[in-house]
Amino acid sequence: MSGYLEGILVLLAVNVVFAYGAFLPVAAGQLNLGLAGFAAIGAYSSAYLSNAYAIDPTFAILFGGIAAGAIALIVAVPVLRTRGIYLALATFAVGQIVQATLLNLEVVGGAAGYPVTAFIRLPTIAAFATGVVVFVALLFATRFGIAVTAVHDDERVADLMGLNTRAFQIAAFTLGSVIAGIGGGLYAHHFSFIEAQYFNIGLSITIVLYVLLGGTQTVLGPLLGAAVFTLLPELLRGSANWRYVLFAAAVIILMALRPQGLLTGEQIRRLLGVDRQGRSALSREPAA
Amino acid sequence: MSGPPPILRLERVTKRFGGMTAIDDLSFTVRRGSRTALIGPNGAGKTTVFNLVTGAIPVDAGQVFVDGRDITHVPSRKRVRYGLARSFQNVRLMPHLTAIENVMVGQHCHNGGLFGVLQPVNLWPRNRWREAARAALREAGLEQYAGATVKNLPYGVQKRLEVVRATMAKPQLLLLDEPAAGLNSAETEALQALLGGICGSGDVTLLVVEHDMHFVGALCDAVVVLDFGRKIAEGTPAEVRADPRVQEIYLGTTITEPVERCHVARSA
Repeated sequence: MSGYLEGILVLLAVNVVFAYGAFLPVAAGQLNLGLAGFAAIGAYSSAYLSNAYAIDPTFAILFGGIAAGAIALIVAVPVLRTRGIYLALATFAVGQIVQATLLNLEVVGGAAGYPVTAFIRLPTIAAFATGVVVFVALLFATRFGIAVTAVHDDERVADLMGLNTRAFQIAAFTLGSVIAGIGGGLYAHHFSFIEAQYFNIGLSITIVLYVLLGGTQTVLGPLLGAAVFTLLPELLRGSANWRYVLFAAAVIILMALRPQGLLTGEQIRRLLGVDRQGRSALSREPAA
Repeated sequence: MSGPPPILRLERVTKRFGGMTAIDDLSFTVRRGSRTALIGPNGAGKTTVFNLVTGAIPVDAGQVFVDGRDITHVPSRKRVRYGLARSFQNVRLMPHLTAIENVMVGQHCHNGGLFGVLQPVNLWPRNRWREAARAALREAGLEQYAGATVKNLPYGVQKRLEVVRATMAKPQLLLLDEPAAGLNSAETEALQALLGGICGSGDVTLLVVEHDMHFVGALCDAVVVLDFGRKIAEGTPAEVRADPRVQEIYLGTTITEPVERCHVARSA
């Protein structure tokens, strides 16, 4: 496998992991614009563990995810009291705080960046990405998936039906941050060098874009979104700098034509001609 | 007085919105096992009563008792455990869930612990929760819609789905806010059949806000009439119909002929 191809596939796998980190809070009706911050926590803490204590990268990355989740849990309790645009701004602020802290933390290189000694290759990263996709897919096949969607659709009614809406929102936010932290750890251990500047608001927005354009209603949406928007700029590479223009145009056209994202749950059920139980239902539905 | 307490008792409940008193020193009881209608002109405070009983908005004064227990300060999320469930005037199903998943949301209060939440109810086709939801849909004649996206379903089906979702909480008191509004006659009949089945056993008490007096007459055995947030009449449908104050509110004047077929004019 050529180095270029491996590089692209690694980026794809890392972006898929990031996308699921953004998907979980979005599925519960929250926009997390501090995702890059949680990815940075995962990246730096896992890199520190494997550098300073020679811990196996796999465990270091998992621990990085847990560290990001722990910080997310502490932050979620006050931050998730806000709603809508204020929640987006509050999470954005959290991301900025993390970035600024890391820039000034000399133990991990500060503004000069932090080299990572341990190195992982595509198979490990692909295994992590697959694990994340399977985990989120399984999670959304449980009552948790129904509950989170219910909270997203109508918080008021969900509350009256006895759902602890706040607990579900905190859980989705925290689990999403764990996944983002894992993504950060994967990135750090493949590219061998991390700097705080990389984990900026631009990264957060790009990741959220994968989810919004791929589709927020189905667990397959982020996978598709991350795949399309990682590979599309590469396919457009032949057109030199115009590829950024073409990419942006593609994003705008997609938002205009399919605001609900590329994939929706309804569409998947229609394609399969079945409900999620695997039995035909729509085919017997009389025309309404 | 002996016997079990009434399923619902409002004791001098008051609710103000700014300077407007929406509910004014209101007291009434709903007898266990009854099918009680809450009627009154638009703006009388019927939906506000529902919101106060379910805890969607706090009361300013007075107390609410369910099954003899004071729930005035119980948070809305926990009231479902006291046996309260409701449907909404405007259908409020979850648009991104299928019909059966919407119904399963109603089961949450019986299966909402950590273990319950992590059960893969959408993965194993034949788990008991999914089967229970399917059976409820079958009983309501809605099984063929189980896997459908709810927003594409006819309005009458959505209205019934909301009732089925509420019954999954196994409520003692089911509050229905204008269940027949916007339904055609065939859909109304289907709804009546569904509600008849739900309260046939006598375990479920119904409290229904409804404008369609024909529907109320066919379904309910007790009526509470509100006007400007006050109770102005209470009794059996026949007694209420005969009450001159009720006739005055609905018809503008006292009349003597039977008003059985009268559909309530919606005042501005």
